[in-house]
Amino acid sequence: MLLMALLVAIPLAGALLAWLLPSNNGRPLILPVVACLHITLVFGLCIASPPPSADGWFNLDAIGKVFLLEIAALFTACAFYAVNYLQYRKERNNRILCMGMQVCLAAMSMAMITHHLGLLWLAIETTTLCMAPLVYFNRNARSIEATWKYMLICSIGIALALLGIFFLAYATVVAGLEPSLVLEPLQAYARRLPPVWLHAAFVFMLVGYGTKMGLAPMHTWKPDAYGEAPGLVGAMLAGGLANCGFLGLIRVYQVCMASGDTAFYSFSLISIGMFSIAVAAIFLLRQTDFKRMLAYSSVEHMGLFAFALGIGGKALYGAMLHVLGNGLAKGVLFLAAGNIHRAFGSKNRDVACGALKRAPWSAALFLVSFFALTGSPPFLPFFSEITIFIAAFTNGRPIVGTVVVLMLMAIFVGMSLTVLPVIFGEPPKDRQRTKYHDAPLLIVPPLALLAVMALLGIWLPEPLSRIITSAAALLGVTQ
Amino acid sequence: MNSAVDQLLIIVLLINIFILGTHRPRVAIRAIATQGIILGLMPLLIHPFQIHILVITGFVVLAKGILIPWLLYGAVQRVGFHEQMQPLLGYSGNIIAGALATVLAFIFAARLPLAAMHQGLLIAPAAMATILAGFIALGSRRKAINQVLGYLLLENGIFIFGLLLTRSMPFMVEAGALLDLIAGIFVMGIIINQISREFSSIDTSRMNTLREVD
Repeated sequence: MLLMALLVAIPLAGALLAWLLPSNNGRPLILPVVACLHITLVFGLCIASPPPSADGWFNLDAIGKVFLLEIAALFTACAFYAVNYLQYRKERNNRILCMGMQVCLAAMSMAMITHHLGLLWLAIETTTLCMAPLVYFNRNARSIEATWKYMLICSIGIALALLGIFFLAYATVVAGLEPSLVLEPLQAYARRLPPVWLHAAFVFMLVGYGTKMGLAPMHTWKPDAYGEAPGLVGAMLAGGLANCGFLGLIRVYQVCMASGDTAFYSFSLISIGMFSIAVAAIFLLRQTDFKRMLAYSSVEHMGLFAFALGIGGKALYGAMLHVLGNGLAKGVLFLAAGNIHRAFGSKNRDVACGALKRAPWSAALFLVSFFALTGSPPFLPFFSEITIFIAAFTNGRPIVGTVVVLMLMAIFVGMSLTVLPVIFGEPPKDRQRTKYHDAPLLIVPPLALLAVMALLGIWLPEPLSRIITSAAALLGVTQ
Repeated sequence: MNSAVDQLLIIVLLINIFILGTHRPRVAIRAIATQGIILGLMPLLIHPFQIHILVITGFVVLAKGILIPWLLYGAVQRVGFHEQMQPLLGYSGNIIAGALATVLAFIFAARLPLAAMHQGLLIAPAAMATILAGFIALGSRRKAINQVLGYLLLENGIFIFGLLLTRSMPFMVEAGALLDLIAGIFVMGIIINQISREFSSIDTSRMNTLREVD
């Protein structure tokens, strides 16, 4: 219990320190220190499996562990990257950025360790809030527009999720049960809860947390926020916050599945998942801005998550694997994209082309992680995606499975049309070179993430594989 | 006891429509503050007296009745009050939409399978009508300040529904939710300020640089 509290307390202490420290140069160094402490603690907790707290509020289960591992790894990479990135941006005060990153880490850790739906909601809402100033880091008209959309749409979404939680709580009142918002009692009650209220709760939470994840049609804030935020913040948004939204959806899914009546939920999840993938495919085919491209790719992968939940069975194992795969790949892509953006001073493929000649390391990272994310072996996303597809075919949904595979192929083509010119094109002669150079701290963190992703694809260590298997079992499938 | 609650809820519903119809931001903010104070007092009327209910009441009145309106006021003051609200449907269109939404909310709530003890109370329909009013305000107006008002109406509607839940929301979570709401409005206030600086207006329909190229 104490260790779980430390998971939240360490980043908060770091945030406090960042607030107090006057030196703009020294402040970013707090981030890697906190990240190292945090990730060590996460490894320890994942092996030690602390017992849940007496009231059941805090319970680090296998699902929480998968998310926690992903977020800790992502944050560590971002933290080391931030040190050098903020060197480039010396003119800006980085106090807010350093604080926001750490408060966000604390809130995300809180979301992973709690089984109380109200507390989970609170943690997710806090992540939304503390990232808002970070999206606005560049202080221009475009970023203020993006921040406003992000803030307003996500706040409304998350408010609707709260209404969904209220409906769930009210369902227990109507059924005459002891009201509770802790996962285990709710699962035990699920069969006795009135279906109308349970359905309503699910729909509102799907819309609410779906907004946070960026499922279509609630995704409209996403390309703007991801496009205008610095690469490092984009990595946290796509690999961290979007996953928090998915965790919120998973928790309500666990309650709904325990009710025994699964058809309605599966249908909703598959529909919204496929719609998201379709919307992403359409917008990716004509995207010229490579950061916005990554945002639509995130919409696609969030759609894939919802789809996998809807399919059930083995797909749940794939989804858990994909939490790691997608999160890490998004981290590499956004960090590398940030580098390329700086190397050209543009994120449009018409100007920023030929990155291989200007920033060879970043370009190579971007290219390889693009292949990794779109499902090339031997990287982790290949195995997670293939698991989801096989499950779709074996669980008696061959048609939707085929449609999704076709859409993913279209997405691959669409993304290639942007990625390939950016990497292999001829750099424009008329534009001046920027000061940017590939520096070790801007390359090694994403490279490490990529290496982890390749390693996990080839060889999944026994403890991790056990965690993922039991996470899938908690969602309702036994390997 | 419950008739007092119902009467207050009717005032809440009237405030919704008033906010939808007014063209002065200053007045709208005062109205939402009044609504917040009324909502804050409700737990005291509904539940038997307890210290923790009293604390919650104090908290809600402070947050929704004073702090949040004050933050909004500050934001608007810096931007300047001269800008009017300009709803897309027109003021009367907005009022009609609000009234329609209220009627629909009552019809719909009558069909909800509420717990026996909550049958015939105004809480569920009032919650739904306020949420719908929030969406009308969000959808029909382009000024950033009005979108915040719409969001607050939405939050108030959700709060009204929460009145049906006596014990399941723990105090810590409730207080945390309010804190998050205050922080959210604070951040929104700052953003509004920046919007007016960048765009010399808080009309969000001018913010249209970020979109897909055709």
